[in-house]
Amino acid sequence: MSAVIQPNTAPEKKEYWRWAENTWVDETKDWRAAKILTCGIDVGSVSSQAVLVCDGELYGFNNMRTGNNSPDSANNALKGVMDKCGMSLDNIHFVVGTGYGRVNVPFAHKAITEIACHARGANYMGGRGIRTILDMGGQDCKAIHCDEKGKVTNFLMNDKCAAGTGRGMEVIADLLQIPISELGPRSFDVDVEPAAVSSVCVVFAKSEALGLLKSGWTKNKVVAAYCQAMAERVVSLLERIGVEKEFFITGGIGKNAGVVKRIERILKIETAQTKYDSQIAGALGAALFANTLVTKQGASAPIKAAA
Amino acid sequence: MIANYGYKDGSGEYYIAIDTDQCIQCPVDHACTKVCPKGMFEIITDDYDDNVAAIKQAHRRALAYECTVCKPAGGYARLPCTTACTPGAIKHSW
Repeated sequence: MSAVIQPNTAPEKKEYWRWAENTWVDETKDWRAAKILTCGIDVGSVSSQAVLVCDGELYGFNNMRTGNNSPDSANNALKGVMDKCGMSLDNIHFVVGTGYGRVNVPFAHKAITEIACHARGANYMGGRGIRTILDMGGQDCKAIHCDEKGKVTNFLMNDKCAAGTGRGMEVIADLLQIPISELGPRSFDVDVEPAAVSSVCVVFAKSEALGLLKSGWTKNKVVAAYCQAMAERVVSLLERIGVEKEFFITGGIGKNAGVVKRIERILKIETAQTKYDSQIAGALGAALFANTLVTKQGASAPIKAAA
Repeated sequence: MIANYGYKDGSGEYYIAIDTDQCIQCPVDHACTKVCPKGMFEIITDDYDDNVAAIKQAHRRALAYECTVCKPAGGYARLPCTTACTPGAIKHSW
């Protein structure tokens, strides 16, 4: 009788940090009827977006995780939305790249910083009354003040540390083994609101969270403490530039009610609502900049995409 | 536009704020780029097509250390960059 040897396989690792990617196209519009078709590509450190704008109006977008290099991420993001509506790159008049990888978008005609693009995108998504914008990205956080046209008047960026960013939230999701989309709702399921964990460094916060779990805190309470820490950190950034109504949050953390509600509580201000995905603000702003540039140039035929 | 370059960490806030609306009116051809002993300033074309002063990327995360030589402990009574900036566009937060 021979022994049955079981294959040595590691248990399947769940990716609690993985957030939902999505693609959307406005089925009520026909892009073939548009005079000016522009595109914005936002290649961030964690997520990449492609947004299509027809005659200055949002037509479609694709939001996905950034891959291991910026050019492929830009290509994949654009392909996702173009495939959905049967478009090709040759149909697009102008492409603007933005975000961390903006200089590595192979088909972009121009690169514009994400600060200007987020302000422009938020102005479209939240309305012309938006004055203060908080962009909570994957690896940095920006507080932006803008005028009624979406032009930046003041900005502050914290890109030295991952604390208070999307990546920090992903680390906590993995540590606590809670799907990232559930962190927000679960942070409110506590009897007493706990004090914030360390907001100086995400590594310190992770160590502190582990210590709290060992001392008997529930996972929900730890999540609440981390959301509070993140809120306090970004509020200090916002207070430095001065918060003025109306207030808008862009970036992935804008979907985390646990952080958003705590920011609102500290600032005593409500965030403006939007029907669009908060992560597309940068790419949408880039596409709107592209639309303005084409309008100024008076282009009537698609510009050959950059090599 | 007020552009804040720098960061906040456990030891404090270190920002150099440049008011670009004042910077574009510079009558002395951006003297800040010449007087900084560390050569931290550069002229860039911003998103609104204005030529303005900015802090070079390599220095933005180490301002607390880079600017030490120009602070009082380094022997300066006044910061060379803010003194050279005639429109008064440059400000240090610390």
